[in-house]
Amino acid sequence: MKPTQQLLPHGRILRYTFHERATHWVAAISYIYLLLTGLAFWSPWLFWIAVLLGGGQISRMLHPWAGLIFTLAVLYMAVLWARQMRMTDTDKAWWRSLREYITNHDERMPPAGRYNAGQKLLFWGFFYCALLLLASGVILWFTEQVPWNLRDLRYAAVLVHPIAALLTIALFMIHIYMSVFAERGAFGSIIHGDVSEKFAQRYHPGWYQEVVRSSEARK
Amino acid sequence: MSQATLRIQKMSGHAGPVPGESTQREYTVCKLIDTTTCIGCKACEVACVEWNDLPFGETVFDNTYQTMPDTRWNYWNLIKFDEHEREDGTFMWLMRKDQCMHCAEPGCLAACPADGAIVQYANGIVDFQQDKCIGCGYCLTGCPFNIPKFNPETKRVFKCTLCSDRVSEGLEPACIKACPTGCLHFGSKDDMKELAENRAQQLREHFNFPQAGVYDPPGVGGTGVIYVLHDASKPELYGGLPKDPKVPISVRLWKTPLKWIGNLAMVLGLVGLFGHYLRYGPKEPKEEDQTPKEGEQR
Repeated sequence: MKPTQQLLPHGRILRYTFHERATHWVAAISYIYLLLTGLAFWSPWLFWIAVLLGGGQISRMLHPWAGLIFTLAVLYMAVLWARQMRMTDTDKAWWRSLREYITNHDERMPPAGRYNAGQKLLFWGFFYCALLLLASGVILWFTEQVPWNLRDLRYAAVLVHPIAALLTIALFMIHIYMSVFAERGAFGSIIHGDVSEKFAQRYHPGWYQEVVRSSEARK
Repeated sequence: MSQATLRIQKMSGHAGPVPGESTQREYTVCKLIDTTTCIGCKACEVACVEWNDLPFGETVFDNTYQTMPDTRWNYWNLIKFDEHEREDGTFMWLMRKDQCMHCAEPGCLAACPADGAIVQYANGIVDFQQDKCIGCGYCLTGCPFNIPKFNPETKRVFKCTLCSDRVSEGLEPACIKACPTGCLHFGSKDDMKELAENRAQQLREHFNFPQAGVYDPPGVGGTGVIYVLHDASKPELYGGLPKDPKVPISVRLWKTPLKWIGNLAMVLGLVGLFGHYLRYGPKEPKEEDQTPKEGEQR
């Protein structure tokens, strides 16, 4: 992303490029499908979801393919964002003032960069869980191909897959809550790509300074 | 035995009570396999393929008399041949008819997520309902005996039905009918257990098999197929029959504690987030509500 392109007219700032938004939505849509079909296989009380989505057989057939798409999207996100997701000292301070964040005193938070420490946790949580889900998922996909003397792989997979999935569900619920309900403007930014100056100043002051400084340097 | 034996008492992936759950039957059915009188003729293998009208599959020759290494989706009944040298140097030929054990507490049924794809009838038979099977293969993981087999073409799993269709009509399973030596018996579990114990005692007292005994593993709640073995202390000798089969610990952890912890955590998470919204609301500060909208400022 070239810095000069980031300050937009009408006090808007470009936060996510089209590239980033598209990657996000490939991951998001495949994840939601995986979540729904996965929950259907998880509990008999939710098996009706699989029925709604075309039946248990179709859900079983498509779930692994959606998983592949999701993993590829997450890996590509790592290419895009891994550098920006590195933990810094500010992040440590951010975690220490988590109470202020939870009680909406964002002005008392240490100045977050493009991503705050919580977003970094979300990213790395999803990244490592996706790897675990892929490894266990491949075993579950081709269970019948796993030879009997390697059956421990199957036993591990049926535990690892739901545990990793549950962890992503925890992250997912917080992610949806923060982006749709808590931070107004966040959901729009992943669709249109831009945020207001106020949004940037309030939630990502470090990033805002950076954007302003680098665009001034260009002038 | 009548059609009433097909009343279902356990059902896979089922939300809520199972019809017939509390059904009390006078007896559960049982197949007794006396490995000491099996001659390895494979009449039971043929009878199984014939009665169930299973498509022909190629056999695999590996320098033994065994038809193929393992049962298949279209070959539910296989005699496992093992050459065994006893401690005194004498040779024994161990032959064990391998098929579904029809566990009282079936691991396949516990692992299955599809509503009603695996059922246990009131007479104890564990049966797969292929129309409801989603082909996930979890039953392969749940079974400690390596019995359910996946058909890659139809993406469904198959195994021995203990000829539930014949049994419901008062007939014995096809393999029993075909056996020429009488090493296969069929009847109530109590009767078969008694017959097996008597035979084991006979082997111990009169045939110099001091370790002879009955295989009815308690780890899966007992089975609907029981064996008389020359040496019940080493069932592994008989084509890898597990000594103390149990539903795998990971399957049990996954299906009970993890399920409840996970469900509780998901519900508490939703309640917690909703509670947070009620208490603190969105992060947008109040004073900004009065200022003009973004875009109108410049």
